[in-house]
Amino acid sequence: MGATGKLARQDRLRAITLLSPAYLWLTVAVFLPLSAMVCFSFLSDVPFGGREWHLTLANYGAFFQTTTYAKLFWKSLELGFIVTLLCVVIGFPCALVLAKTIRGRAREALFLLVILPFWSNSLVRIFSWAILLRGNGVLDLAVNAVLPFDVRVNLMFSKTAIVIGLVHSYLPYVILTAYLALQAIDDSLIEAARSLGAKKHTILWRIILPLSVPGLTAGAVLVFVPVVGSFMEPRILGGRVGTYYGTVIEDQFVAVFNWPLGAALSFILLAVVLLILALASPVLKRVQT
Amino acid sequence: MKRLFLISALALAAQAVCADEIRVLNWQGYGTDAEWAVEAFTQATGHTVVHEYFTSEQEMLTKLRTNPGAYDVVLINSAFTAQAQQEGLIAPVDTSKIANFADIDPGLAQNEDLNPGAALHGVPWTWGLTSFAVNTNDFTDMPTSIGVLWDPVWKGRVSIRDDGLEAVQIAALATGQSINDITDLDAVKEKLTALMPQITTFWGSENDWNQFMAAGDFAVATYWSGSASRSMAKGLPVAFVVPQEGAIGWLDGLSIPAASTKKEAAHAFIDWMIDPDFYLKWDGEGAPASANMKAAAGLDEDSFNRKVLGDPAVVARVEFMKPVSDEDRESYLALWQELKAAQ
Repeated sequence: MGATGKLARQDRLRAITLLSPAYLWLTVAVFLPLSAMVCFSFLSDVPFGGREWHLTLANYGAFFQTTTYAKLFWKSLELGFIVTLLCVVIGFPCALVLAKTIRGRAREALFLLVILPFWSNSLVRIFSWAILLRGNGVLDLAVNAVLPFDVRVNLMFSKTAIVIGLVHSYLPYVILTAYLALQAIDDSLIEAARSLGAKKHTILWRIILPLSVPGLTAGAVLVFVPVVGSFMEPRILGGRVGTYYGTVIEDQFVAVFNWPLGAALSFILLAVVLLILALASPVLKRVQT
Repeated sequence: MKRLFLISALALAAQAVCADEIRVLNWQGYGTDAEWAVEAFTQATGHTVVHEYFTSEQEMLTKLRTNPGAYDVVLINSAFTAQAQQEGLIAPVDTSKIANFADIDPGLAQNEDLNPGAALHGVPWTWGLTSFAVNTNDFTDMPTSIGVLWDPVWKGRVSIRDDGLEAVQIAALATGQSINDITDLDAVKEKLTALMPQITTFWGSENDWNQFMAAGDFAVATYWSGSASRSMAKGLPVAFVVPQEGAIGWLDGLSIPAASTKKEAAHAFIDWMIDPDFYLKWDGEGAPASANMKAAAGLDEDSFNRKVLGDPAVVARVEFMKPVSDEDRESYLALWQELKAAQ
């Protein structure tokens, strides 16, 4: 606001003209559908087909009436934390090597490999994992071809399978954001530390890690939020144990036709995720300074 | 000669005048929309047929409510016929306009769910069972009890459909209760809790089921009889079992919406659909059992619908599904969600 206030009139006009398509798009594509869902979440029944409906809070009340939803919510949050942690633990070293060690052509090639999964449809990726992980599947046959003794590798329809699928899907976000943060670190800082006698892990802990926290945070948020609401990966890879908060919301829309309840559950999820992010932000700010 | 020409020209003109376009509401790929059948119907009667589809009974009812006059023939499961009649969505059927009606199994024609308000509102068309099928590579002796789903030998290779009502009904059969009068829901819950660790994954569609069975993920899984006959026709190593505890029966009828303006053509189409000629050809592609006795009698000796569903001992064990109240439906769904969440 302060910046635009100082702009000349002509500049401001130009800014408005240039920004209006984007804001118009956001209004039509994000704000309107979301508002419709907010309305739905307060109705007793979908207002199609001459059905009786009235305003109600019962959909939000349903969340608290049984322990089922709370249990599933906790399960989904836990999944979100595990996947985010794994993505950071795997993604940060990758980004570090990409940003600080590898130069030139090789870096471009490796970068391409990181982005490559984005080029295929996520459903295709998940089904490929299904082929790989199932008993008598590719992984099982490969392991048994190499090892002299017989082992059954059947990871399909387990929490491990869900975590593998989700980490694979969301890892590029962390690598990309961490890479950008690491790129911005001036190499002379590291050289100065080294010339003052700092050991490798001291440089990592005292200089590189604190300076890359903004990138890691952005990556973690990009992973955590969609994973908590994910439904496709748990459904396909989880089998019997694949019931999560996201799959219950999907059921309300697709199977049971209880859109109001589905919408209410979605907004409870949104509220809790925002709360978690709000609680986490002061902690993260302190880390940065 | 001239007169003959005139008469035939008149007859053709008359047919063209009476020709209507009727709109049929059904599940996709469920018989009425078979291209060869619709073409033959148009050739014989002059009426043309347009299809619209639904993916759940709720959607079907909603479409009837919101578009009065848009449909002329609708497929309604007998558990929903009474509800549609009470809401005034469908009209009684005039059986005198349906020549093949005389061949319908009288037991089905008098089914009380199809005769709400003491008038026939749905012409019995097909019926079938929900029971289970086994992989014949794993089973040499066919199981006779539904208890096989709970057999620890098959732990991790059992599946049921992800549907609260069906799960509760299967458990009701296993606990010796009537599927239409479940009095001991605690026993059902206990039985389903014991079933959960056995299950590898839930199935959602026929396609899912076929893939998991072909990959050997399933040894025993609940299934529908019509789908089982299609899977067998595709060469999957499966056998459909109707256990001693019984099976869930369902009956589909063809109804005429009250607001239809082309009732003549609609009756003609229903007559066409229950004709043995149509059914026998459809059965070759994998169909549910026919309600027409002549059609059932025309099946080959070794055809699935004759061997399994034509056996009077099997039919005696079937319990047909009655309408389920909204309260019961909700409590079954809550039970099912709770069980799934606990995994």
